[in-house]
Amino acid sequence: MHTAAGSQARLPIRSDMDLVWVRQHVRQAAAQLGFGLVDQTKLVTAASELARNTLVYGGGGTMETEQLVEGTTHGLRLTFSDEGPGIPDLEQALSDGFTSGDGLGMGLGGARRLVHEFGIESAPGSGTTVRVTSWVGRPPRPREES
Amino acid sequence: MPEQAEGTAGVPTREVRDLLRRRREQIAQRWADEPLFRAVFTVSRDEAVEAGKAVVDALAQVADAARVEDPDAAGFTAVREQLARMGAARSRSGLSTAQVSSELAALRPPVENLLVADLPEDTSAEHVRDCVSTLSVLMGTLRVVVMQTALSEGQALIDRQRLQLLEVATPVIKLWDGIVAVPLIGTLDSARSQVVMETLLESIVEQQARYAILDITGVPTVDSLVAQHLMKTVAAARLMGAECIVSGIRPAIAQTMVHLGLDLGTVVTRASLADALGYVLHQLGVGIVTPGTNGAVAR
Repeated sequence: MHTAAGSQARLPIRSDMDLVWVRQHVRQAAAQLGFGLVDQTKLVTAASELARNTLVYGGGGTMETEQLVEGTTHGLRLTFSDEGPGIPDLEQALSDGFTSGDGLGMGLGGARRLVHEFGIESAPGSGTTVRVTSWVGRPPRPREES
Repeated sequence: MPEQAEGTAGVPTREVRDLLRRRREQIAQRWADEPLFRAVFTVSRDEAVEAGKAVVDALAQVADAARVEDPDAAGFTAVREQLARMGAARSRSGLSTAQVSSELAALRPPVENLLVADLPEDTSAEHVRDCVSTLSVLMGTLRVVVMQTALSEGQALIDRQRLQLLEVATPVIKLWDGIVAVPLIGTLDSARSQVVMETLLESIVEQQARYAILDITGVPTVDSLVAQHLMKTVAAARLMGAECIVSGIRPAIAQTMVHLGLDLGTVVTRASLADALGYVLHQLGVGIVTPGTNGAVAR
């Protein structure tokens, strides 16, 4: 469907300082690929939410970025993985307002609305991997009625 | 190395120490031509030679105390600061740690040549090897000293800057009687938003402010944690009787917040600081009069 093109990077997520680094890296990568300001901001915000989840709930992990090409459009894929306790109930975790910590509970569900493609794999005890992808110039995903 | 502590003549550390004392001038002269000294002491060669002599003296003292492997040896104390300055100067001019390290390594061969040349011809090969290896260890320790001081300098600098950032980020500005504003800049992590909240609440008391404007023009990313911090600050200010206005919400941030599902709820928001100030002045019943309109209230 699409091919990986160009640079890949792998960033550690171990502390608050790493979150700053993740945001800056994603912003740079997105700007380089030609994402508009709004899409850059969305992707950076999604990355910020997911990286914080990796840090706070997963006990730290990594973010991998990958540049994609599909036809003539470019995309950016971010993969956040941790080896934390995992998520027992994905549906619940994705619903707005649910949190197992003291946050607002908007992170996971909000991040899903900010990107074009969203995938999550998790099971109790085996860590969590969240993969998000956004494409340059593609209109936002229609809002799912729920 | 037997009987090292007794310091019998012929023991490698003694041999190295004697060489350093005897050849102090020559070593310093040769070092002055090495990149490390040449690049740091650019004004005069004499200065470089003097600095070199100080380092040679320190090394001789360390060898005298038979502590060639100890970077904390008392002998290094006198030159520690000088070495740190030299290391820092080289890093500042764009050299990587490895490059600085190899420049330091380049100081060893000249000394080693003198050492081998000075040993009597009938010296056993084993003794020559021992002396050379003792010198290597000593020069290695010198390298460790420089790297150590450079690293701790860097850490101290980072710590200082972190504290500076905390302060810089949170000036509370009095805009009008009863109106204060906080221009937030950069990343709002938990530590910084705590500082913001504290300084804001304090100045609300101090200034007897009824309105506080939180301007987030300088905050690059507003995610759910930042929003949560903002709302907590607003709620705390409200408990003290002040109303908060969040301003500086850029179009991209506004769209992102909507998608993210963030709702600032009852918080009054404005696009710019000017709008927020206009709103607050209006609330306070203060009008702005443009000169020449005969005192008519413009807003």
